[in-house]
Amino acid sequence: MTKTAGANVKDYVEVSGLSKVYPNGTRALSDVSFALGHGEFAVIVGRSGAGKSTLLRCMNSLTEPTAGEVKIEGRCVTGLAGKELRAARKDMGFIFQQFNLVRRISALDNVLCGMLANMPNARSILRRFTREEKLSALDCLEKVGLGDKAHQRADTLSGGQQQRVAIARVLAQRPKVVLADEPVASLDPESARTVMDALRYLATEEGIAVFCNLHQVNLAGRYADRTLGMREGRLVLDRKSGRMEHGEVRELYGGEMEEAFA
Amino acid sequence: MSTNTPTVPKETKERALARAIRFIGLLLVLAFFMWSFAAVEFSPAEFARGIPDLVGLLADMFPPAVENIPEVAVASLQTLQMALVGTALAALMSVPLAFLAAKNVTPSRILYQITRAFIVFTRAVPDLVFALVFVAAVGLGPFPGTLALAIHSIGMLGKLYAETIEEIDEGQVEALRSTGAHPLQVLRYGVVPQVLPSFVGLTLYRWDINIRSSVVLGLVGAGGIGFLLTGAMRLFKYQEVLTILICIFIIVLIVEQTSSYIRERFI
Repeated sequence: MTKTAGANVKDYVEVSGLSKVYPNGTRALSDVSFALGHGEFAVIVGRSGAGKSTLLRCMNSLTEPTAGEVKIEGRCVTGLAGKELRAARKDMGFIFQQFNLVRRISALDNVLCGMLANMPNARSILRRFTREEKLSALDCLEKVGLGDKAHQRADTLSGGQQQRVAIARVLAQRPKVVLADEPVASLDPESARTVMDALRYLATEEGIAVFCNLHQVNLAGRYADRTLGMREGRLVLDRKSGRMEHGEVRELYGGEMEEAFA
Repeated sequence: MSTNTPTVPKETKERALARAIRFIGLLLVLAFFMWSFAAVEFSPAEFARGIPDLVGLLADMFPPAVENIPEVAVASLQTLQMALVGTALAALMSVPLAFLAAKNVTPSRILYQITRAFIVFTRAVPDLVFALVFVAAVGLGPFPGTLALAIHSIGMLGKLYAETIEEIDEGQVEALRSTGAHPLQVLRYGVVPQVLPSFVGLTLYRWDINIRSSVVLGLVGAGGIGFLLTGAMRLFKYQEVLTILICIFIIVLIVEQTSSYIRERFI
């Protein structure tokens, strides 16, 4: 039986017992376990330093976890190297706080970079993209509302536009899950909204599980199907809605309530 | 109040000591500087006494010779070409070396150390020494000069290219890595676009330096306009010397203009 799109195919992405201790002894993650469904938009909130970024980075091995594993559709993607690691990463898109576009090439070329893993090495290095690839990249840009910026150099775009190009790049990658690490922390509220809309689109229309790290609770309430809360490297909250009770927010943020709504 | 703050006097003491050490250090540097002046026999009086001779020499140069212009023009072109080929060869060899010699992208610690050592070696040996060696090996002419420029230029280009690679924004690289791209693809799209403008700028700058170096290399018989310049100086043909100097000035101007044109197109 094949898995079909729908919000409730459980264990699509499965994280179990993930822990990270840095060489200096800092315990950033302690035994974190949870599962994400197909097309689920989950937000993880908590104070800065709670371990949210580490959790995301450990999920696709940008940081190597000390213990635990991550499975996508039952396939383990932790502790891999070389070709296997690359194949696993193809299934996990990553959105960075600082966008991390290749600044000196066009928006379209940046989106094409999302497909590199599916291209033969020699052709991609010579920058010989096929017509189909270019059309598909353009399609991705149009889905985030930037079809008209395709040939503009990435560093001439505004922050919000750059982050949406990054989302188009992730879309071109055809991942099963997108990990977004503070995607709107460097943006003004209006740009933040367009970026969150684009991420929401990935989950709702493309059936991709989106796992987004935010530190503002109010954004979580507006966009998330589910809210996870982290404190001192542990998962301390998991509820089936974006909205959080006042007590829960206090529990997560302690006395620093203004950080939650900053 | 003064009795319960014992740490304050201790801190001031340490700071005073640090200040004293810094003061002594400064004195030593100053002393070495003064000694250096004496060592190079720096003497404004001596220079003043030489001024009449200098004026006489300059007077002897006028008017510049015209009969050797064709010969000088050919040699100038050769100098320009030596610098061009030497710089291009150096760039071609330096790019792969730089990727091995940059801490953040090198595939292995050992290759990193070996390439670093090689780059330092080519920089440490003056191009004039390389030219002498190559003249002995392949004979007089522009070929040994070009080889000398190429090898010595690796020393600077390799080092500066590698430093450029080490200063890139790692975020762009990490983003490509996160898509599952092959390491070569990561290099092509994450690193190359970031370093290309600097590479072009550095190479043009080296070309500029190599024009002047190749003039000097002519002194040891390694071809180009320098070869003519030595000959003219030795035979006291100062009017020809002036013609040659004017030509060198023109080449440098041409290179300067071309460089800034290319730089503008790339950055």
